[in-house]
Amino acid sequence: MTIVNLDHMSTNQLLPEVQKAMIEAVKKNYGNPSSQNAGGEETLGMIEKARASVAGLINCENKKEVVFTSGGTESINHGIKGVAFANSDRGKHIVTTNIEHNAVSKSIKRLSQLGYTVTSVSVNDKGMVDPADIAKAITDETILVSVMHSNNEIGTIQPIEEIAKITQEKKIILHSDAVDSVGVVPIDVQKLGVDLLSFASNTYYGPTGVGGLYVRRGVRIWPIMDGGIQEQNKRAGTENIFGIIGMGVAADLAVKNMDKRITHMKKISNFLVKELPNYIDEYHLNGDPAKGLPNLVSFAIKYIEGESIVLMLEDDGYIVSTRSACATGSLRASHVLMSIGLDHADAQGTLVVTPGIENTKDDIIGFLSALKNIVKTLRDISPLYKKTQ
Amino acid sequence: MLYSKTVMEHFRNPRNVGIIDNPDGMGEVGNPLCGDMMTIYLKIKDDNIEDIKFQTFGCGSAIAVSSMLTEIVMGKSIEDAKKVTNKDVAKALEGLPKNKMHCSNLGADALHLAIKDYEDNKAGIKRPEPRGETEKHEHKDGEKCFCPYCDAALSEDFSFCNACQADLDEQH
Repeated sequence: MTIVNLDHMSTNQLLPEVQKAMIEAVKKNYGNPSSQNAGGEETLGMIEKARASVAGLINCENKKEVVFTSGGTESINHGIKGVAFANSDRGKHIVTTNIEHNAVSKSIKRLSQLGYTVTSVSVNDKGMVDPADIAKAITDETILVSVMHSNNEIGTIQPIEEIAKITQEKKIILHSDAVDSVGVVPIDVQKLGVDLLSFASNTYYGPTGVGGLYVRRGVRIWPIMDGGIQEQNKRAGTENIFGIIGMGVAADLAVKNMDKRITHMKKISNFLVKELPNYIDEYHLNGDPAKGLPNLVSFAIKYIEGESIVLMLEDDGYIVSTRSACATGSLRASHVLMSIGLDHADAQGTLVVTPGIENTKDDIIGFLSALKNIVKTLRDISPLYKKTQ
Repeated sequence: MLYSKTVMEHFRNPRNVGIIDNPDGMGEVGNPLCGDMMTIYLKIKDDNIEDIKFQTFGCGSAIAVSSMLTEIVMGKSIEDAKKVTNKDVAKALEGLPKNKMHCSNLGADALHLAIKDYEDNKAGIKRPEPRGETEKHEHKDGEKCFCPYCDAALSEDFSFCNACQADLDEQH
């Protein structure tokens, strides 16, 4: 059975060019970049080439503003905790939103155990933050504002530029979790006005286990990993050479193909949104598909539970994601979906479909046909369906 | 694969799905907050389960549990059916993931409620209103939750694992 992947947000297949560069590097570039020998220097050169590619992808003023990490989660932990530790003499208050990824919310929660205080701002029913609410939440003690660029469950893109104007005026550091945006939509750190930006390579067809943190020059930040002086003394430890090389090649391809990919993603996502009512009824589109990420469609199917849907879809050859409590091993429905006003049952029945560059309209038709049967099967079983009919 | 072959087989081909009109007994457990709801309907003749049907909102294991339970007790006497436990159902399914054991393994609870409903009806006791949604994650006596990270049994405080110091308020 052919497997159709419609869960590219979880991860992507490495592009052939990325695979080739990494395999060549595995064979040849094992020199330690911190060693002053020919092998080490060659590897160092390749890492710096990758740094320039990644810096180009997000338009850094200087490529040294890119710190390579082990992925989005480390970047976020580093950005938030590193700034909180380095600036605690100025204050200990942090402003964030109710729909951040756990990497953000748990990093901040951890800091609250160390005496930091937090204000978490709510969002509207499309998952959008009002910059005025961020401004209101800021106090004299605020040292950091962290707002995600796009949401991984509903695709909403936040008004980061407007928020940056507020933080710049008040001289507060702004971090943005852009893990689901970088490499997917154009990101220009200078235009956005952020001080820190977290991102990951596998979002844009690079390898997993490698990511980056943009640190604008002059931002006070401590390392989270202490040791050597790698990564401009911001992240100790011998670099993930092969991952970084793959990430660089993927960044070049993302820059080159960005417009083409966005056009394709929009075509597939719009087709899915348009066709959905021809296959299922009683569902709710989450977020604002027209203004959100081009590669994400999120919808809550009424009366049935997400893990069941995803398991049956997988059995039929289609991979999608759900945010139901059962599937995530949590007892609670997603905090993002609850924050935009879904009730528990609808939040449990939410699917997140994230098509990739290889998907076609036929994949969507196949997915919808399978989904139609599954929804019928599960609704026939569901006690909630009966009660409303 | 998270689930055993038997769980997947029952999940994809659930037995005895549906409603029995004017049931002799009905039992409902769970709530959408936890992600699982289950209703069992009974038709009883001469104190034997002549027919049993279920409706379930929930994950793969919850549906498989409901289906397996109906297969186990179909045709059994009320007294034998009372002896069936959630553990028996899990065993018949060749096991369930540890963290699904008490959230999704509610089949026998629903059955016992349905039997009680039947006995109450027989004794002329009025059927109680269906339970509303509770905000609480409930544990019965002797039932345990396990830390999803280190598998240690959790003490009274379900929001924190003393063994590995993990914060569990959203996870367990």
